[in-house]
Amino acid sequence: MPKQIHLAAHFPGVNNTTVWSDPRAGSHIEFDSFGTLARTAERAKFDFFFLAEGLRLREQGGQIYDLDVVGRPDTFTVLAALAAVTTHLGLAGTINSTFNEPYEVARQFASLDHLSAGRAAWNVVTSWDAFTGENFRRGGFLAESDRYSRATQFLAAARELFDSWPADAIVADKDTGVFLRNGSAGSFRHTDDQFDIAGRFNVPRGPQGRPVILQAGDSEAGREFAAATADAIFSRHGTLVEGQKFYRDVKRRLPAYGRPEDSLKVLPAATFVLGDTDADAHEKAAVVRRQQVSGATAIKLLEQLWNRDLSGYDPDGPLPEIDPDVSGDHIARGRASVRMHRDPIAVAAEWRARAEAEKLSIRDLIIETTNRQTFIGAPDTVATAIDDLVQQDAADGFILVPHVTPGGLDEFADTVVPLLQERGVFRTEYAGPTLRHHLGLEVPA
Amino acid sequence: MSTALHLAVALDGTGWHPASWRLPSARPAEVFSASYWADLVRLAEAGTLDFVTIEDALGLQTDRLDGPDERTDHVRGRLDAVLIAARVAPLTRHIGLVPTATVTHTEPFHIAKALATLDHVSRGRAGWRVQVSGRAHEAGHFGRRTLPVLDPAAPDREIVADLFAEARDHVEVVRRLWDSWEDDAEIRDAATGRFIDRDKLHHISFDGRYFSVKGPSITPRPPQGQPPVTALAHAEIPYAFAARSADVAYVTPTDAAQARKIVSQLPIPHVFADLVVFLEESEPAARDAHERLDTLDGTAYTSDAAIFTGTPAQLADLLQEWRAAGLTGFRLRPARLPDDLVGITGGLVPELRRRGAFRTAYEAATLRGLLGLSRPANRYAVAEEARVA
Repeated sequence: MPKQIHLAAHFPGVNNTTVWSDPRAGSHIEFDSFGTLARTAERAKFDFFFLAEGLRLREQGGQIYDLDVVGRPDTFTVLAALAAVTTHLGLAGTINSTFNEPYEVARQFASLDHLSAGRAAWNVVTSWDAFTGENFRRGGFLAESDRYSRATQFLAAARELFDSWPADAIVADKDTGVFLRNGSAGSFRHTDDQFDIAGRFNVPRGPQGRPVILQAGDSEAGREFAAATADAIFSRHGTLVEGQKFYRDVKRRLPAYGRPEDSLKVLPAATFVLGDTDADAHEKAAVVRRQQVSGATAIKLLEQLWNRDLSGYDPDGPLPEIDPDVSGDHIARGRASVRMHRDPIAVAAEWRARAEAEKLSIRDLIIETTNRQTFIGAPDTVATAIDDLVQQDAADGFILVPHVTPGGLDEFADTVVPLLQERGVFRTEYAGPTLRHHLGLEVPA
Repeated sequence: MSTALHLAVALDGTGWHPASWRLPSARPAEVFSASYWADLVRLAEAGTLDFVTIEDALGLQTDRLDGPDERTDHVRGRLDAVLIAARVAPLTRHIGLVPTATVTHTEPFHIAKALATLDHVSRGRAGWRVQVSGRAHEAGHFGRRTLPVLDPAAPDREIVADLFAEARDHVEVVRRLWDSWEDDAEIRDAATGRFIDRDKLHHISFDGRYFSVKGPSITPRPPQGQPPVTALAHAEIPYAFAARSADVAYVTPTDAAQARKIVSQLPIPHVFADLVVFLEESEPAARDAHERLDTLDGTAYTSDAAIFTGTPAQLADLLQEWRAAGLTGFRLRPARLPDDLVGITGGLVPELRRRGAFRTAYEAATLRGLLGLSRPANRYAVAEEARVA
């Protein structure tokens, strides 16, 4: 039997992948948008719905960034509401381990798991930046090097809380008057560098035992953290060669933690553009990329590498002659991607050379370097590409990021999913009620 | 002055009497399921009640002052109240949803966006019951501070004042964050490529004794602008807190004279009395129901609020008498769920309607609307107009 594919729907994010100027684009805050996308994902038998989070509005050049979608809901609250309009779809939320406390987060996830009858998942992220910390009473105290130890200890504390109620703790026998089997249910004590907490947890064990754990870090420490603790990795390596390399790298780390290979799913993020024919899809994809990278956006993205105010440059003109500023604080704040450029001067030189050789303007170059969609083609082409990547162990499935809210998944659900089902690599019905069932994960002891 | 009154119910477990879970109609094994809460809130909505509150705490229920008990014969454990409210929101259309959220150990930034989102999800029906935690064992769940065990009969005044000063700052930050987006901040201007007008987003730059918060919120302004803030208050310091920070206070008088006196200390739109209720067709039946539960529990139930035991008509008499003393509404605590909630919606509500003292249909789409509160102007937008003038 071929490997079964896992699919998730990412609610379009607050970045330039999301084309808010599309005439079909809906609200990013009204509940109907979340409900619509979630229902589409459930109709298509997806594993889960995914919500990202960022706890401070992004700024660039000292001003709130205004070219992308701005504004998001509270993660837990919107997922709990989605549990009311779906029945099987997993509900995954990104929650930061730096600006929260284990007792509170554990009771929110345990509550979500009860209220969704076993569909909660937690994408654990870490951050340390004082910029985001300015929104929090306990913000900005973490050194970058401490962020994974904070995350590891946070997750360990949360696990102790999830495990503090035995599955059979509640008897609720009206005749004998016994509600709790044992009067010490929920007792815990956790002490380490980050936390010194003890007492009684107040939410009984959820249907999944613990929520499914997702992790998105790509660094050495992040990969090790995922191998030790996560049920799925949200990766950014969606191509065959890069994907296989990443896949092998994280799976080989599992035996050291006594874990079988299939206990950690690798799910790269993926964008897509569909068309009636491959040529039609490529044409559409080019249009979408120009929508995603307006002239103004191209300059702002270029500034993120150059770390300078480039507002005087023409997006349809050549790249700046001056080099990036590597001396001071970064011009863009509240964004993880700015750390990806390890050597800005070298990257700038590379970009300049490419722009000259291929006669690319600033906008052309930004489009070429930042925004190529993962899957472009007719439905059959895309279904084949997804299936090949999964069967060749470049991934266990994908977290799909539509570029239009909330209808951007409709076409995929209607055309690609049936083809994957015909191939026998994607479920036609949910086999069980919980997200652990969908992902083939054991309920933890 | 109108004689109509407002009605809310306080939902907690299987009801407020600790032995209520043992009654035939109780569903104790289901209090951790969504359908349990959906059924109760739909029932309350069928009775056109203003809102439900949902109890919560950052610790396990206990009968002891100094920490958790080891009792196995009472309901223990609960779900997060904000999430229960959110789970129920898409299943209801009119009723206000007022979860309890503690301010003592929590981040105002998280609470502001959670309640703003509840307001978006419910299209303007969110409220907040602010709760201060003076419990030493709850502080131990966070490990950031230690609190001595407070005797509710004679609490340490300095500690209480400090906890409520922190609560006041917390609510202030939440209210500012709700206003940190002006209503028309989202412009989607294709010509300039701007999604928002950033001049209409505001740093709140709160800098207080307990915390500082920069803002703006990540969540756009809630549909109601400011969801109603409510608080239970029993004494002078909490009264002062409610007077400054809340739109609705819940108080616990034992008679009309006392109610009148408390109301005079609370110059806010609404003062509701809390009452635990046992409702039956006859007064002896209600007394009998109450006594049977006390016997089952082995002890007489006591409460911070007055306990009413009688018929819906008798309760209507009492509410109207207290209404005349200046209270604007009542938060009824059903001793037994669902029985006393059914008594409220099926007995008390029709009785009050016959007397012209309660709505016959929902007259507004938002909780503020039901409470007769207008949608407030944004403090930052107002400040801007003032500057221009």
